Amino acid sequence: MGTTPKAVIMDETAVNRAMTRIAHEILERNEGCDDLAVVGIVTRGDLLAKQLVDRIEEIEGVRVPLGSLDISFYRDDYLTHLAPEIHETRVPFDVDGKRIVLVDDVLYTGRTIRAALEALMDLGRPSRIELAVLVDRGHRELPICPDFVGKNVPSSHEENVRLYLKEVDGRTSVEITDVAAGSRVGSAPLGGE
Amino acid sequence: MAFDHKHLIDIREYSDSDIWKILETAKAFSAVNERAIKKVPTLKGKTIVNMFNEPSTRTRSSFELAEKRLSADSLNFGGSSTSTVKGESLIDTVMTLNSYKIDMVVVRDKHAGAPYIVSQHTPAGVIDAGDGKHGHPTQALLDLYTIWQHKGGFEGMKVGIVGDISHSRVVGSLAPALKIMGAEVFAIAPGTLIPPAPEVLGVDHVSNSLDDVLPELDVVYMLRIQRERLEGAPFPSLREYHNLFGLTRARERLMKPDAIVCHPGPINRGVEFDSYMADHPQRSVILDQVYAGICVRMAALYLLLGGSDNGLSA
Amino acid sequence: MAYLLKGARVVDPQVALDGIMDVFIDGDRIAKVAPSIDAPDAEVIDLSGKCLVPGLVDMHVHLREPGYEHKSTIESETRAAVRGGMTGVCSMPNTDPVTDNGTVVSYVLSQAAAAGYCRVFPSGAMTKGLKGEVISEMGDMVAHGAVAFTDDGRGVQGAGMLRRCMDYGKMFGRVFMSHCQDEDLVGEGQINEGVVSTKRGLLGWPAEGEELQISRDIQIARLTGAKLHIQHISTARGLEMVREAKREGLPVTCEAAPHHLFLTEDAIDETFDTRFKVNPPLRTAEDAAALRAGLADGTVDAIVTDHAPHAAWEKSREFELAPFGMTGIECSLALVLTNLVRTGEIPLARMVELMSVNPRRILGVEAVSVAEGSLADLTVFDPELAWTVGEGGYESMADNCGFDGTPVIGRATDVFVGGRRVMADGCIR
Repeated sequence: MGTTPKAVIMDETAVNRAMTRIAHEILERNEGCDDLAVVGIVTRGDLLAKQLVDRIEEIEGVRVPLGSLDISFYRDDYLTHLAPEIHETRVPFDVDGKRIVLVDDVLYTGRTIRAALEALMDLGRPSRIELAVLVDRGHRELPICPDFVGKNVPSSHEENVRLYLKEVDGRTSVEITDVAAGSRVGSAPLGGE
Repeated sequence: MAFDHKHLIDIREYSDSDIWKILETAKAFSAVNERAIKKVPTLKGKTIVNMFNEPSTRTRSSFELAEKRLSADSLNFGGSSTSTVKGESLIDTVMTLNSYKIDMVVVRDKHAGAPYIVSQHTPAGVIDAGDGKHGHPTQALLDLYTIWQHKGGFEGMKVGIVGDISHSRVVGSLAPALKIMGAEVFAIAPGTLIPPAPEVLGVDHVSNSLDDVLPELDVVYMLRIQRERLEGAPFPSLREYHNLFGLTRARERLMKPDAIVCHPGPINRGVEFDSYMADHPQRSVILDQVYAGICVRMAALYLLLGGSDNGLSA
Repeated sequence: MAYLLKGARVVDPQVALDGIMDVFIDGDRIAKVAPSIDAPDAEVIDLSGKCLVPGLVDMHVHLREPGYEHKSTIESETRAAVRGGMTGVCSMPNTDPVTDNGTVVSYVLSQAAAAGYCRVFPSGAMTKGLKGEVISEMGDMVAHGAVAFTDDGRGVQGAGMLRRCMDYGKMFGRVFMSHCQDEDLVGEGQINEGVVSTKRGLLGWPAEGEELQISRDIQIARLTGAKLHIQHISTARGLEMVREAKREGLPVTCEAAPHHLFLTEDAIDETFDTRFKVNPPLRTAEDAAALRAGLADGTVDAIVTDHAPHAAWEKSREFELAPFGMTGIECSLALVLTNLVRTGEIPLARMVELMSVNPRRILGVEAVSVAEGSLADLTVFDPELAWTVGEGGYESMADNCGFDGTPVIGRATDVFVGGRRVMADGCIR
């Protein structure tokens, strides 16, 4: 779809560095990894969540439970938009009493996070939920604030901020593009444009 | 891929990719149904009418539960209180329902084509929950889902449908759906229960002998014999039917080791099969079908009530 | 009143006529037919470019009166008949009360006379109440003007009963018209049994359900010597039976309707359009082709509509609940001209036989020809007038016409009944 890359705001090194820092911050804030679990929102947050779990294992030697969350059923724009493509929600552990780090790629209006919180709560009763995002681009429409941020990126509504990941897109970077009329805002489709 | 349907009436209007989309969505809803909190807020604010103009407990319950688990407001309309019993025409009933500002009508009617009539007189979407001897698309979808879950796919799968082929709304949707998905369909029944042109439904082979066909089948789909419709007798007795077309312990030796047994319910023990086969722990998937019904109905409602494809905002 | 009809192409195979002629009508009779006539006192009507034929008769029409005036009335449907170019119709007896006695026959005739559009030739029921149990008062009905007997809407189910009707009624010299349907075989059949009935999940109405009774009725006609007319024949094999009976020399005739000639079961698609629910049902393309061949070779004697008006609310129901029947009397001439005459399947003279000469002969009513002294029942049509069925509405009270929206060429413009000009240039009186 018609998007023109305007600027690369994070390259692969920057993304990796940010993820490593966030892993450290999570461990610091939670004083280790007891009862810790990481849940990523599809379709990029889940991949970032796996990176975090890998890094936590490198640092602490412990592999914390990892889950992925599809929030399609909880979206507030379902009624005006096409029933979105559904991906698997896989949370293969009991969330009751867990300290859960919810992971997304780009934080924007906050609506995705609201939906994710509801989805997570329907799975059980975590003792605490924290939010980690790689990029915070501002423009919140709900009172939602991240606990861990890779990079703050001021942006305008006419821009799209997207994360590309090697595993699915062949390159790792965060890019700003102009929004072409009719194109989708939000995560890049899997496998690139 | 866009899912471009407003109604679910004629399964033949759905492509294999449409059907796969429903099945895969149903799988996602299956995860919801396995949770402690078996409900999502997706259809909050949507009003769905279950217009059941003939008695049905199972299909209606399944739809009702699917609607509730999607947080839709559902209204059961029909049964013995139905206004059609009081002489109101179907069209007038639909127009009355329209005034309630509804989003979807689920129609069960004993007359073929009733869901189409409803769709012509309402701005809401319509799901055929069984019309006369014509069709029952959500039954076909739940059957497909069950077969998919147990057999992994449809291509080249040999499915034998046994029983009242000619008066079955189930076959009217299931046989075409199986064809769309690439399966091979066998119809097994006495001549009195075979329709005039089974091939137009998607039936590849017709046989009067269950014993001849059984060794080939991956899926044995037993249709319900309607005891109440036995007047005018398409066969001499239930006993003889059971002897010729019943799935019994004795016949099991003819089956492939991994063949499964389906039935749309409610079952008649001693007619369609003996208890050994009905309860067979490896082969009988009848209760899985009931469960699949909730999942595919949730999926169908979710996909049909979805809007246009643009501007998903993060 | 005298009319001088000038310059029409006059077609009447009875008098071997096909050419431009003037026709002079004086009173209720034709006074003269000649290439050029002067009649100073007559109203002159220029009919150049038009065709003039002996008045058309549709020998199978449901007028619904008495009893079903919510569907249509004798007035509304005889008016519709005139719009279609008809000078006469044979009414069916499935009224309420059933036309099975002289009183109802008289009532039908008096309503028709009061309406004053076209002639009505009433048929009477063969059995009382159309029940197939007791012979109706045929003699009384004939005395009051009934022209034929039929249990149309049903066949007489018992062969012995049919035989008694024929053996008794043949002394009146009238024709017995058979609706052929074996009820035990047909059951609740909705549409032709086969591909479409399977697809739509509707109970089948097999061709054999009709053919069984065609065969039986022919044999009872042979046994009794009564005149037999097979109504709305719809199957190729049924037609073959009639062909064989004629070859044998039996007094057997038959009729076919435009919907069986030009439509097939494929019209019944996933929209379950109830206009296409007719009895006997729409059959296959092969059956329709066989019927059209039968028109050309003389096996089919008459084209009729089986015009069956229903109230809109009765037809806009679930297919299985809707009543059988479609209307068609306003477009049958146009359909025949468009689909058979223009295409060369039959000549115009054959159309005149099928829609005018033979119906009168079978019903035993006074023959009409375009000749001096004949009754002035005449139909004039414009063979080049292009129009669409249903445009501007129908004269019939009902609009359940299966040909609605069909483009056709040719339409009646003037109708004379007994010398009265009941339709003038497309306008009914």
